[in-house]
This record gives sequence, structure tokens and C-alpha cells, in this order.
Amino acid sequence: MSQINELETQTLAAIEGAQDEAALEQVRVASLGKKGTITALLATLGKMSPEERKSAGAAINALKDKVNEALLARRTIVKGAALEARLKSESVDVTLPVREAPIETGRIHPISQVMDELTAIFADMGFSIAEGPDIESDDYNFTKLNFPLGHPAREMHDTFFFNPGADGERKLLRTHTSPVQVRTMLNAKPPIRVICPGRTYRCDSDQTHTPMFHQVEGLVIDKSAHMGHLKWILEEFCKAFFEVPSVKMRFRPSFFPFTEPSMEVDIQCRRSGGEIRFGEGEDWLEILGCGMVHPNVLRNCGVDPDEYQGFAWGMGIDRIAMLKYGMPDLRAFFEADMRWLSHYGFRPLDLPTLAGGLSS
Amino acid sequence: MKFSLSWLKDHLDTQASLAEIVESLTKIGLEVEHVDNPADRLKDFVIAHVIEAKQHPNADRLRVCMVDAGDGQPVQVVCGAPNARTGLKSVFSPVGTYIPAKNITLTKGVIRGVESNGMLCSAFELELSNDHEGIIEVASDAPIGTRFVDYMGLNDPVIEINLTPNRPDATGVYGIARDLAAAGLGTLKEKPITDHAGSFACPVSVTLDLAAEDKHLAPLFALRLVRGVKNGPSPDWLQKRLKSIGLRPINALVDITNYITFDRGRPLHVFDADKVKGQIVVRRGRAGESIVALDGKTYKIEPAQIVICDDNGIESIAGIMGGEHSGCDEDTQNVLIESALWDPMNIARSGRALGINSDARYRFERGIDPAFCLPGAQLATQMVLDLCGGEASHLHIAGQVPDTKRLIDFPFSEVARLTGLKISSGDMLATLKTLGFIIVSADDRHAEVSVPSWRPDVEGKADLVEEIMRIAGVDNVTSVPLPRLEASVPKPILTLLQKRTRLARRALAGRGLVEAVTWSFVSKEKASLFGGGQASLALANPIAADLSDMRPSLLPGLLAAAQRNADRALGNVAVFEVGQVFRGDGEKDQRMNAAGLRRAQAKPNGSGRHWSGAAGQVDVFDAKADAFALLGSLNVPIAGLQLVAGGPAWFHPGRSATLQFGPKNIIGHFGEIHPAIMEALDLSGTIVAFELVLDDIPPPKLKPTKVKSKLDMPELMPVERDFAFLVDRSVKTADLIKAALSADRTMISDALIFDVYEGTGVPEGKTSIGLAITLQPQERTLTDQEIEAVAGKIVAEVSRKTGAILRG
Repeated sequence: MSQINELETQTLAAIEGAQDEAALEQVRVASLGKKGTITALLATLGKMSPEERKSAGAAINALKDKVNEALLARRTIVKGAALEARLKSESVDVTLPVREAPIETGRIHPISQVMDELTAIFADMGFSIAEGPDIESDDYNFTKLNFPLGHPAREMHDTFFFNPGADGERKLLRTHTSPVQVRTMLNAKPPIRVICPGRTYRCDSDQTHTPMFHQVEGLVIDKSAHMGHLKWILEEFCKAFFEVPSVKMRFRPSFFPFTEPSMEVDIQCRRSGGEIRFGEGEDWLEILGCGMVHPNVLRNCGVDPDEYQGFAWGMGIDRIAMLKYGMPDLRAFFEADMRWLSHYGFRPLDLPTLAGGLSS
Repeated sequence: MKFSLSWLKDHLDTQASLAEIVESLTKIGLEVEHVDNPADRLKDFVIAHVIEAKQHPNADRLRVCMVDAGDGQPVQVVCGAPNARTGLKSVFSPVGTYIPAKNITLTKGVIRGVESNGMLCSAFELELSNDHEGIIEVASDAPIGTRFVDYMGLNDPVIEINLTPNRPDATGVYGIARDLAAAGLGTLKEKPITDHAGSFACPVSVTLDLAAEDKHLAPLFALRLVRGVKNGPSPDWLQKRLKSIGLRPINALVDITNYITFDRGRPLHVFDADKVKGQIVVRRGRAGESIVALDGKTYKIEPAQIVICDDNGIESIAGIMGGEHSGCDEDTQNVLIESALWDPMNIARSGRALGINSDARYRFERGIDPAFCLPGAQLATQMVLDLCGGEASHLHIAGQVPDTKRLIDFPFSEVARLTGLKISSGDMLATLKTLGFIIVSADDRHAEVSVPSWRPDVEGKADLVEEIMRIAGVDNVTSVPLPRLEASVPKPILTLLQKRTRLARRALAGRGLVEAVTWSFVSKEKASLFGGGQASLALANPIAADLSDMRPSLLPGLLAAAQRNADRALGNVAVFEVGQVFRGDGEKDQRMNAAGLRRAQAKPNGSGRHWSGAAGQVDVFDAKADAFALLGSLNVPIAGLQLVAGGPAWFHPGRSATLQFGPKNIIGHFGEIHPAIMEALDLSGTIVAFELVLDDIPPPKLKPTKVKSKLDMPELMPVERDFAFLVDRSVKTADLIKAALSADRTMISDALIFDVYEGTGVPEGKTSIGLAITLQPQERTLTDQEIEAVAGKIVAEVSRKTGAILRG
């Protein structure tokens, strides 16, 4: 029995002394392998008498179990230590900066973003989006919209013209998005609910004017749409667009050739520093023109003004973008300065929705 | 249009405050742009008595004055004005006063050792004139301590309204008063105008020498001589009226015409009769004629303009500006008063062509009241007789007052129909009456309304609705929710192109490209370089030479933008635009393109240097990747998409490609910008770009269901085999892949190029291509023989179709 005890002491000491998994495996092989000391001890059982075998067998098997247990325990320890040492050696400087992902650096231009915001709001109100060409006829840009030939109001539009074609017709760059109203009424039967966003052009350039800019027009034609509805739409639009719980608007009688009655709309705001806040303050800021579609325009577009009626409004997309997001200078919109675009632009996944909010 | 409050009160009997008047004006459509109240600006300036003025002990040109400003406690003021003297009454501003002209607030000071408490002021400092030679001298009986503005009658606020082009009646104070009276702010003061028959015939006759089709250009011309007048400065009240709105008094005769212009919106002209030679003829201008106008400038006259002539030639430009030659001055003894009517559109065009913005043009181009032409002449006569004396001739009249009478059938229901306002018919008619409309007849449903001569803008019932609405107040229109057309969740509304346009922007921005919006027009040179520049797309009146032609491509604008940024040391530019381009001037010639470019090291996964490895220069494959990422994002089925080497002339011929669905349906290009284009446009660095025509990308096939096609996911493991081929450089990898795939269409599921190598070990003119083929067993695991058989077929097909040799 002393032999077994001695072997146990030696083996357990060897296990305890093993510093890594390989050394531990050596100990295992030396004791429990084919030629191992415990295996050899087990082999002696065969030559023993049954009584001897019974007591020695129990002792040897107990030793085997003890060694196995010790091996397992030691393995857990050395494995843990080894992993710890490995992890220590594998550590890196995680403060090293990574490259910015494309989805972080890409930008959507504020005009596109605002057009998507307009779409989100008006689609919910049941409006479609109508579009028309930038190169227009004089007829659609002016005559059908009740600008009489030679009328000074035409000249106020600072129109870009093309040279007359072979047929003598002089085309122009649309000065407003209103010709899309004409196209819509000529092509669709009421009820009509559309907004018409797009590029517009006027031969004018200074601090607040660029020769190209963007407008959005709205048009509602049915048998009962009146100014009360127009007011509601504009109020709801302004609240939704500027993302404020309430806005105060002032409607002033005004004049446009294509609406009668006509109004200009101011929105109440507070200006301080370079910032404008809506829904508060004492200042009035003009943001759009609107009115009931002039009977002459309805007639010119094949709509009977005694059966149908409706209203239209128009505003500058660039302008409302500036008001909402605070860009100080219109001209910068078209200069493609990367610093400006990165700062005022929107992230690729800043998708304006009514459910998630127009802006984040 | 400017007027002062007291001027308004000449015509409007009202108790309303300035604030109420201003608010009402804006409310009824006469938008107040500005109110200037001198009483506010100058409230601290008072009349003061210089009790004593002594020489300053330390300065030759300064005086030390003791000033009594009425509070009985004289203060010491140092003054540099040469006219500061003992006994003078002048204008004093105490410490704390804001001096408008100098934009300063006075503080107590010590000037050359002498204390000074405030300032004696010049007219310049009060912004009353440019006179800063000396301090203001007021009459010796002026009450000390009184506010200077009160003493001078300057406490008359001036209101400026931004007049819309449809309201000629509001170009006169009288018309504005009528509108305010209608809005309930007071009562219009009616002032009868005396008709002067005159005591002798007007010695100058007027001929309207116009062809029958031109008669509308000058329908009426009234002329009268007043002889024996004494011209000179106009009386104080008149000068004050004119000065209050920024007009310079000239002499009584001229001031009368300016006064009536603003008072009644009726421009007039006065000729010095002694300078007019012969009879007056109104006619079209003639080429080569010119006139020196009252502003001292010479204007070239064209046949499109109407002129007033005598034997000397042109004396006046009709409805716009008189001539210097026959103008009235202090010596005028006999005056011809003209009151005429002109065609609004002709005046507008002529005024614009001549570049003259006169008070007369402002009114005539809006269309002034034709019925007031003759009363205007009578009113002017009365004023001339009152202020200058003399004797009036008969009124000589050429032409006649045009008949502008018109009736509108006005159903009362129109107001509610168009505005939602609930107003009684009685109130409607009352409003129309106060505005001067005549109710010819009325029953309970509609009225027959006659439009006053001063409202050319009112044509139909919608105009009457506007009149009633603006007087009732637009604020009273109640917001009413616009009902949905269908009581349902809103339906999708975007067209395919609209969806693709929106998605294209997000997809490209998601690849790190930054969206720009550039001008729709470029220079002729750039347009021509990018396939445009045709005459039909050239603007007749471009705003600048480099913005002259409609763009045929988005690239010129983006290239210029890239260079501008590079010039600011932002060289790694990745930018895109989704916008319109123009192939012709027809409405179907406009396309929606998406284009993007990358410059220098603006690689898709980051630009410039980095510890993890430098980005390297952009190459054509970056542009290709952008183009394909866009097509992928738009879910374009690319099975039928062909990629043809080479592109339009602005791309490097060996580093570009055309994307097409067949040769007739080219949808775009990508490539490196041609070196010649880089040079022509003065561009630096390497630039790669793509441009796709969103309109031309075929629409997806319409499917009857939203259910996706069945997915086949084989249980068996795929097998990958690698091949190394040696091919001629001219062989296109795409053809090699196609050949490999064609070897067994059921078993081969994928082909991947994992290596392209030229150099050591590869013969000159050849390329080594590593191709990995994936085989997907369908029913059972493939045997080695089966795999070898497919591999053999692949090598055979690739060799047959591309001449490739399998490398050993």
C-alpha cells in the first residue's frame, strides 16, 4: 500500500508542478498512459489472489480517480493562465482611429432633403407630385396663367429666353413652377391635389437671388375647395414642416395674375442673432403667396370655373430650407463647397417620415 | 407709395391711431413696408436759448456757451459752430441723446479742458439736410424747452406701402383714404372740384397724330393755358407735404403737379408756354430722335414710344417724364397745364426701355382713373390760380374719355363659395358702395354691380369676392380641414422615376458621395465638350458667359465643383448630383441623370493616408463600383445589361465603358476623365466619374403578386475549384467568365476572378487570370470523376472562346 501512497504523492506533485497543458499531458501519459505508472500498477492486479485483488484494486482505482480529478482541475488552471497570457500579448491600442464609413461621410443636399420632407407631408394629405419641363413655352409660363401679352407683370419675372425657333416660337426657362399647374389641369380631371416642386429660373443675381432656385407649388381643384381649406392646409403644413406645435400666420390680401382673391402669407417668428424661431416672437416673415385659382386660368386650362374651384400656393424651397435649417446665404446652395455640404447636408439615412419625424 | 399721416387726414376724418391705421392698411392689402416717425427719432431735441457764448480759453475755433433748455438750469456746452453766439435760439440735445446722423449717444465730455454737457445741433445732425456749416437757428420767439419736432411740425409719421401692380387707385392719398374708410377707419372727406370754364381760347392746340390702330395709346389729352402767373417757391404747407415724402420742392407750378400726383394719383405736366413753339402734336417717336429730360439726362427715343412735340421737336416723353427745355422755372409767366391719358402697357414698356422710374410712369403703367383726367386738370387750375394767380383759358380737349363702364353680375353665394366667409348680402353691398361700386340692382340672391372708373383691376365676380374679403378681413376666414378624397390610408403617389430619383440620392450618399446642386446652365464651351452646345439650348439673355447653355450632362458642373474644392486644399472630392439635363428644347428632351465623380484619393472606403493603409488613387473601377451600386440599389435587373468598352469623348478611351440594354438603349457610362478634357477645363489630379440616365433604365417587370420567387437552398456542400489561365491582354475577363459559366449551366453556380497578374513569369502581352468556380451538386455528392469532367469542360470552353491556356 505504501507503494500506492508514494505513487499518489509523486503523481499529484507532478500534476501540481505542471505549468502548461503540454507538461500536464506528459504527467498524464506518465501515469495513465499505456506505459504509465498507474497503468502498470493496474496490470499487477491480474497476478493477485482474489482477496488481494479486491483490496488493491479498490485502492488503485481510487488513485486513478484522484489523479484524473487532479489532472482535470490542473488543466482548467493552466488553460486559464495560458489564455490570460495570450490575451495579454494580443492586446492592441484600440484608441487608434478607424476610417469613417461611407455612410457617415455621404451627404444629401438640403434642397433634396426638404423636397423629401414636403413629399412626406403632402403625400399624407393625399397630394401627388407633378412635374414639368424646365424649358417652357411662353403660353404655359405666362399666357395661360392670365399674364396678358405685354403686361408689366411678365417683365417683373426677369425671364431667361431662348432664341426663337424655326416656327418663330420663343421658348423660355420657367420663371415659376406654376406652368406645372397648367399641365396638370390640362391632363387630369378634377379632383386634383398635387404639389409641383422643381427648378425655376430668373435672370437675377444678388445676395438673396440666384439665377436658378427651387419652388414648390400646390394645387387643389374640386367642387368645394375654398380659402378656409387653403388656410388649414398651409397652417398644417407649416406646423409639420417647421416641427413646432403651433404657428401663427398672417394672411394679407395681395395680387398675382393667376389667383383671385390673392394673398401673401407671413409667419410669426422671433429673430435673435442669426436664429429664427417659429411659433413665438413679434416679427412677421413672408413665406408664400397663394389664392383661389383665377377663373381665367381655370378656363384657359379647360376647367369650368362655375363648376369647379380651387386654390394654389407657391413658395421657395431654398427659402424654407434656409428658414428651417439656418443657412445664411442662398448662393452657397449652388457652390458645392464640400465644407458647406458636409455641414448643412443630411446623412444618407436621415429619411424624413411623418412616423419618425421629418428631421432627427 | 409714401404719404404722411397728416396728409392722409386731409382726406380721412378719423380718430384712429397710427398703429391702427398701419395695421388696417396691411390687413386690406396695402402692405405697410415702413413707418418713419421723425418724432420718435428726434424726440430729445429741444429749442434752447444761448444765454451767453464766450471764446474757449484753449481753442480759437470753439466757444463755451451757457444754454437754457427751458428747465431754468442753464448748462455749459462747448460748441464749434461759427454761428454760436449770445442770444441765439437753436436746437439742443442733452447728454443721453441719440444723434441719428452720427450714430452716437451723447455723453458728458471735457473738450480742451472745458466741461461740455450736450450739444447744439446742425440740421445735418438731425438728418434734416446736408447743412453742417453751423447750428440750426430758430426764430427768436420760439418757445424754449419745446420739442423741436413739434415746433417745426416734423411730428408727422410717414407711411410707405408696398403697392401691388393692380391698384392704381392707391397711388394717391385720396384712394388710400377711401380704402381705409371702407375698412371702417373713418369717413372719406369729399371735396368738390371747381370747374373753371376759362375766359379765353387756349392758344395752343393739340393733335393726336396716331394711326387708327394706335388711338388707344393716347385716348385723351387736355391742355389749358394760365397766363400771367407768378411762379416762385410754393407755400410752406405744400413744401412740407412734399418734403415729408422725400420730394424736393422746386417751384410752385412744379410742386402743384407733384402734389396732385401723390394726392390724387393723377400725374400732370406743366410747360412754360413761352418756350413751346407752335402747336402740340402727340405721335410715335422717330428713330434718331432724342430728348434731354427733366432729370438732365439725354434719352434716345424709339418709334415704340409716344412723345409730345411742338415745332422745336420733342418736348416731353408721354406719361414718363417732361423735357428740360420747356420746363417751368421761377421766370415762368404763362403755363400750359397738361392732363392726359396713356396706354398702361405702352408706358410700362417705354419706361423700361428708357430705364426711367418716374412717379408718372409708376401711376400710368398701373392704369390711372380715366374719369379723373379732366377733374385733375381743373384741380391743377384751381391750385395754380390760388398759388400763382393768373387767368385760365378754356380747357382744350383732344380725344375723349374712354368708356370703361362695366357691369358684373354678382351672386352673393360667390363669397361663401370661394372663401367660406359668411357675410350678409347687406354687408357685402355696403362694402362695395363705400369702395365706390354702384349697385345697379339687387335682389336676395345677386346684384348687378357697376365698377368704378378707378378700378381697372376688377373684371369679374371673383374680384368682387376679393374686395369683400379684404375689407371683412382675411383673418376672419376660418381654417377648415380639407377632407380626404377617400377615407383610407394614403395610397402611394410617387412615380417610378420619382422613386428612383429619391433612392439614387440616398444610395450614392450611402457610398460616401456628397450631393451637390449645380447650375442647369454651363458655358458654351463646356456644353460642346460634353455633347451639347446646340443653338436651341443657348440662352438669348444669359446672366453670365459661363452660364449660357443648358447642360447636356451633369459632369461639367461636378468637375468644376471638384476643382474649386481642390483649389481650397480639399482635393479628395467625392461628389454627385441627381438632376436634369437637356438634349433639346422639346419637353421630352429633358432627362433626369445621376452622376458622380471621385477625385485624387477619394476611394469608396475612405480617402487619403491612414495608419491602416493609404487609400491610393481612384481608378475606373471605383466609378464602375458606384454605377453598379446605384443600379443595384435601384433593383435594376442587370441580366440583360451589356458593358461595352469605351465611352463618349470626354472619357479615357481605354478606361471607360458604356452601359446599355442593347445598342439602342444606352443608360450611361463610367470611366476616367480624358486627359484632353482635363487640360481643356484646367482640371488637375485624377478624376473618375459615372453618369446614368435614370429615365432610360428599363422599368421592373410588373408582377401580379408581392410573393417573392421560390428560394432553392441545396442541402449539399458546394465544391470550389481554382484555375489559372494565361490569356492575351486583349481578352475581356467578362468573356472568360461567360465561357466558363457556359460549360455547365446547371452545375456551375458561381465564377469569381480572384487574381489578375502581369509581370515576372508571365509572357509579354499576356495576362494570368485566377478563376474560382463554384459547383453546386443538386441531388448527390459529386464524385472526383464528375468534378474532373466539369473542370475539363470549363478549360475546353474557356480555351475555345478566349484562346486561354491553362497554366501548369
